[in-house]
Amino acid sequence: MSQKQEEENPAEETGEEKQDTQEKEGILPERAEEAKLKAKYPSLGQKPGGSDFLMKRLQKGVWGIISYPLSLDVLLCVDKIEGDYNMAKAKMKNKQLPSAGPDKNLVTGDHIPTPQDLPQRKSSLVTSKLAGGQVE
Amino acid sequence: MARRAGGGNDIQWCFSQVKGAVDDDVAEADIISTVEFNHSGELLATGDKGGRVVIFQQEQENKIQSHSRGEYNVYSTFQSHEPEFDYLKSLEIEEKINKIRWLPQKNAAQFLLSTNDKTIKLWKISERDKRPEGYNLKEEDGRYRDPTTVTTLRVPVFRPMDLMVEASPRRIFANAHTYHINSISINSDYETYLSADDLRINLWHLEITDRSFNIVDIKPANMEELTEVITAAEFHPNSCNTFVYSSSKGTIRLCDMRASALCDRHSKLFEEPEDPSNRSFFSEIISSISDVKFSHSGRYMMTRDYLSVKIWDLNMENRPVETYQVHEYLRSKLCSLYENDCIFDKFECCWNGSDSVVMTGSYNNFFRMFDRNTKRDITLEASRENNKPRTVLKPRKVCASGKRKKDEISVDSLDFNKKILHTAWHPKENIIAVATTNNLYIFQDKVN
Repeated sequence: MSQKQEEENPAEETGEEKQDTQEKEGILPERAEEAKLKAKYPSLGQKPGGSDFLMKRLQKGVWGIISYPLSLDVLLCVDKIEGDYNMAKAKMKNKQLPSAGPDKNLVTGDHIPTPQDLPQRKSSLVTSKLAGGQVE
Repeated sequence: MARRAGGGNDIQWCFSQVKGAVDDDVAEADIISTVEFNHSGELLATGDKGGRVVIFQQEQENKIQSHSRGEYNVYSTFQSHEPEFDYLKSLEIEEKINKIRWLPQKNAAQFLLSTNDKTIKLWKISERDKRPEGYNLKEEDGRYRDPTTVTTLRVPVFRPMDLMVEASPRRIFANAHTYHINSISINSDYETYLSADDLRINLWHLEITDRSFNIVDIKPANMEELTEVITAAEFHPNSCNTFVYSSSKGTIRLCDMRASALCDRHSKLFEEPEDPSNRSFFSEIISSISDVKFSHSGRYMMTRDYLSVKIWDLNMENRPVETYQVHEYLRSKLCSLYENDCIFDKFECCWNGSDSVVMTGSYNNFFRMFDRNTKRDITLEASRENNKPRTVLKPRKVCASGKRKKDEISVDSLDFNKKILHTAWHPKENIIAVATTNNLYIFQDKVN
């Protein structure tokens, strides 16, 4: 990449002109990278900013937003489904790319989670290593 | 492109200290997740993935040996947040400290806000160097005396003791966020603060924990219509009615709380126009703003997206006034950076005390500084190899392609697991704190 020349000039204005040049030069690599990605994952959706993608980003997220009042029975069912889904996901490999539809390999409902199954997460009782040990 | 630091007004950065374990096997809990100096710079707080806060205090300068500024030593450490479980949603709530913000000091004690994904806590850190002795009904070890054995009375007195620093949670602000909190920011009125999650921003009063005001809500009625999320938010340093929030689409909205109770309509929208013919699959992802910081003056704000740092003049919405490329050579690696999730890394950025230099982190434990006046930039490395105090750090250079010169590092040899996401600059002096995965480095400028 030959953007070194631009950055070397201590010009008063860093601004748009140089940015344009850089972007035009950078465009080919970015598009090439996009082609590489699409070649590897043909099912990748067109727009990464779609709501599916963002919902994943909302993370471990509030899954299945319910915006109308429901009876307790229905809520409990949804929670069980969610719980099963999370348990099954935890068994699968961690890295996923956004895919068009639901994961077909996911098996849920084969095991009812109980409090004992939940990962025991204790807080770190150990003092942070920043506070102890080597201080140079 | 780095000029050799040295001469004139250029700062020469030297290694000062490093905190943390040497071993390569990093426990998850030790991953540093936030770094923040307090308003005087005397205290430096870190938060980690294990929910712990460690505060360092700068020792008073030794007037005789003034070849360096005071060192930072451990002052206090405490468990701020614990892991929790949301039984209703079968979701874990991480204890990782996302942000720490200091309150300005009002009395002998220090106060800070720390937050994880769901709960914000106000911590009081106070010193105790005296203790009462000579109780009538208690022995010195605390056992109670039999009252019938008391024949004389005495007045308990305070006697000096070894300094003890105590941290206690004074307020817990909970249950106000459905989504994950990414920012907290204390208002210049020093009475209120905001907390922002992916879709909402709430305004709190520091004294009131059972309610907060929702001031921004971008959750669409139908979640299928979701197009962007809030990535960071900050109050203006001087105007108590003004705050900004950034989005995953690369925009920043400035809101004025005087305009309406719910600030869903921005007062200003900062967005750099993009040539639609330049768009690629990655465009939106790399335009997502990971951090926004006002300058100390309040005139400018800085945003960090995946590849660059931009400085915006609050008076000009249609484009930034300055743009600095952090690691442009990564543009031709976006495919693999997407596959290994690095493209989603959230780098922070910071200003120096006089707003003349900005700093941000990169990969391979490199961090970058851009001088706004001279337009020069430098790349430095946080590494134990340079750990002799007062050794001037050698500038680093990454070779994007072609012939690699001596001392240059090629893009393909960069270690993408060594990322510097969190950096902080002392508010008054040229002292910086740089966090690698599990170590905290402190660098100072060379004092002659």
